[in-house]
Amino acid sequence: MLSFMTLVLSCQLAGELVVGAAGLPVPGPVVGMVFLFCYLLIRGDIPGHLDRVTTGLLRSMSLLFVPAGTGVILHFRLLGEALLPLSAALIVSTVATIVVTALMMRWFDKGDADG
Amino acid sequence: MDSLQETWVYLSASPLFHLTLTLAAFQAANWLFEKVGRNPLLNPVLGAVLLVVAVLLVTGTDYGTYFEGAQFVHFLLGPATVALAVPLYRQWHRVRQSAVAITVSLLSGSLTAILTAVAVTWALGGSTEIAASVAPKSVTAPVAMAIAEELGGLPSLTAVLVIVTGILGAMFGPAILNLIGVRDWRARGLAIGTASHGIGTARALQVNETAGAFSGLAMGLNALATALLLPAVWGLLSRLFAL
Repeated sequence: MLSFMTLVLSCQLAGELVVGAAGLPVPGPVVGMVFLFCYLLIRGDIPGHLDRVTTGLLRSMSLLFVPAGTGVILHFRLLGEALLPLSAALIVSTVATIVVTALMMRWFDKGDADG
Repeated sequence: MDSLQETWVYLSASPLFHLTLTLAAFQAANWLFEKVGRNPLLNPVLGAVLLVVAVLLVTGTDYGTYFEGAQFVHFLLGPATVALAVPLYRQWHRVRQSAVAITVSLLSGSLTAILTAVAVTWALGGSTEIAASVAPKSVTAPVAMAIAEELGGLPSLTAVLVIVTGILGAMFGPAILNLIGVRDWRARGLAIGTASHGIGTARALQVNETAGAFSGLAMGLNALATALLLPAVWGLLSRLFAL
């Protein structure tokens, strides 16, 4: 657990530092993900402790969105005023994005499909 | 009664209460979700948010006070994003095989997300500020908020729209994919992750590891693609429609 947190937080910290120093338009944790991924590629396997705790953390990942989602209480008035354009935009756009991405992937992907 | 009052005043000001509230609300919502056979309409993030909002409204607590406790949960979003490297590593051979297809699909999906969101908002009379807030809604919250700010939107509104988009994708994504007959886990994961970032990825990981890895990959790549594409697309749209 401890070595896992040190490794993951170090990757995140390194990501934040690189993003800050280079002015990259992506968040630090995404760059941190790339760093951890490169570490795994170089290492050639996944350390047991990392495997166990990652599985646990990712399984309850939905929980982590609750605090940000609760921010809805800050915008009740604005959401009420723009309810129609906002809800239509979110629904149409989410459906369209899923359909286009999935169909393009099916169209272009000639790899094995039994995954 | 006075001591009860005092205890409440003390507890409601300490991070412990709102941290516990967040976990308990999620646990309850998740229990209900499992109880009804994972019916997507009872999405646990949605259920937990509604419960927490109800408690905050009833107790007259403002969001800032709540967040002092909830920030400890919120903080873990960073490490969880980093940890997505693990399923990605496990599926790397599949990702490499499909590199071209992934790139093309992701760019198409990213542009579709931006253009449809902005077009529908404008068509239905939403202001430019609202359109700028909704444009990056398919990307993970920190990136979306930064982009919205750059375009002249409201970052905190964007955060909410991002979460709602994630919940919509997690709720209806699997049914939409069944409807159009896409059964390949790689395509399903990529589509969910492109449209609905981390919340979609969290859901995909519960269903299938390949889908989860492709979804996590799509989430990271779409953050990058949208951050690079959206300011240019926005500039073009603004010039076309003389905003």
